Amino acid sequence: MMKPPSILPLRLDRVVLDIGGKRVIKDVSATLTAAPCSIVLGPNGAGKTLLLKLCHGLIAPTAGSVTWAGAPCGNVQHAQAMVFQQPVMLRRSVAANIAYALTVRGRPRAEQRARIDDVLARTGLRRFAESPARRLSVGEKQRLALARAWAIEPQVLFLDEPTASLDPAGTRQVEEIILAIHRGGTKVIMTTHDLQQARRLADEVMFLHRGRLYEQTPAAAFFTAPRTPEAQRFLEGTLFPNIRRVV
Amino acid sequence: MDNNGGEETAHACAAKRAGWSGVSDLWSAVESAALLIFTLDSDLVEIVLRSLRVTLTAVTIAAVIGLPFGAALALLRFPGRRLILVALDTLMGLPPVTVGLLVYLMLSRSGPLGTLGLLYTTTAMIIAQCLLVAPIIAALTRQTIEDLWEEYRDELRSLGASTLGAAGTLLWEGRVTLMTAMLAGFGRASAEVGAVMIVGGNIDHVTRVMTTTIALETSKGNLALALGLGIILVCVSLLVAAGIHGFKATAHRWGA
Ligand SMILES: Nc1ncnc2c1ncn2[C@@H]1O[C@H](COP(=O)(O)OP(=O)(O)OP(=O)(O)O)[C@@H](O)[C@H]1O
Ligand SMILES: [Mg+2]
Repeated sequence: MMKPPSILPLRLDRVVLDIGGKRVIKDVSATLTAAPCSIVLGPNGAGKTLLLKLCHGLIAPTAGSVTWAGAPCGNVQHAQAMVFQQPVMLRRSVAANIAYALTVRGRPRAEQRARIDDVLARTGLRRFAESPARRLSVGEKQRLALARAWAIEPQVLFLDEPTASLDPAGTRQVEEIILAIHRGGTKVIMTTHDLQQARRLADEVMFLHRGRLYEQTPAAAFFTAPRTPEAQRFLEGTLFPNIRRVV
Repeated sequence: MDNNGGEETAHACAAKRAGWSGVSDLWSAVESAALLIFTLDSDLVEIVLRSLRVTLTAVTIAAVIGLPFGAALALLRFPGRRLILVALDTLMGLPPVTVGLLVYLMLSRSGPLGTLGLLYTTTAMIIAQCLLVAPIIAALTRQTIEDLWEEYRDELRSLGASTLGAAGTLLWEGRVTLMTAMLAGFGRASAEVGAVMIVGGNIDHVTRVMTTTIALETSKGNLALALGLGIILVCVSLLVAAGIHGFKATAHRWGA
């Protein structure tokens, strides 16, 4: 089987996003290459979720451009997948949820069964295969969302705080899955505000604060010697979102 | 309570009904109603079957129109959409007799569709009931799908579903609510009397349905048939309500 050409690098060129007259993403430029696991770090409301949705093509920038190996967003979405902060499951069985994703992506039925069994086993969900997906616990839903994304074998996987409401064991389990997907050759772009998690997973860190990209630095350098004072304060835990603007 | 037929005026009927009293009379009406039901009286069976045929056909057509129309209104943005939404709400609240009148005017000999010769046929009644039910189904579908879309939009678009695909998915996701809406529409249509009376004409063996027969037979004083049909109508409502609950319970068990 011929391997499809890579859609990477992802290039953001002076991306701006206004929502309701408010500038929520400010002049972000960056290049993301195929190999590293990129972690988008930043406090609540920094714009991490919006940045992911911009990259994934779910929202269009007000100004600037998002391109994948030179091509506009819409043309390459089929090579991407995203796991949302609160994944939505269809009102059908766990296995049928994965089958739905495969069908939408045009995978022939004949090869779906094996693919579904494989990802369910890898995410520890095999015994839930026929359970209603909406009945799963939060942690199990998160793993199903990962299984669904994994099944379609994307070149790029976006993850929005995939462990936000999980206990330590659940967090470990999800991190193992993410690492396995990354080892399989998928580019991972993930948000978190959990510093420990970022240390465990990141190859490079993109630090976002109030809609601005302050730095994009290899992980080791970021955690030992951040270049910007904002990142320094974030690492110390003394960076607070601007309360006055929220009120 | 036999009715001597002929040219009784409404006034005389009313006087007769006012005079009708006593527990024994009521009891005998109940008895003969029960007899009609249990012996499967041919007139009664004919009327019940016609009612069900008319209403089921009307609701099916209304669903075939209302479901995709509602879904399109929920997912698409186009000029004039607000206007359609207002029109839909208006149609939903319209008194059935005015819908009947409207269909009557369309189908009457001098009306725009007069040449079809549909007035006083079951087809005319199906059209009237369809006009009553389709707006309900469309409006409820629109609301249901719009709420679901709010929740599912990012996920479905991320997975790569087209708008058409998303519409199909969301109709299936909303199946419990939508099924309830259709059953409610069935209830409304089968309980309605004004519109089908106007366009059907309540012709014996042709367009007589349960509600119109009850209205007529009661005014004629033939309580047995009226009561028999009334009991069946109540049973139909009961079945619809039980159906809704049973459906919800089953769906809930399956996590829908
Ligand atoms: N649909 C919207 N309408 C208006 N403002 C929005 C909308 N979505 C996001 N915002 C604003 O944009 C900013 C960034 O939001 P975003 O969800 O990207 O933050 P985040 O970094 O993901 O935060 P968290 O860590 O809490 O998830 C916030 O101030 C938020 O209030
Ligand atoms: Mg977020």
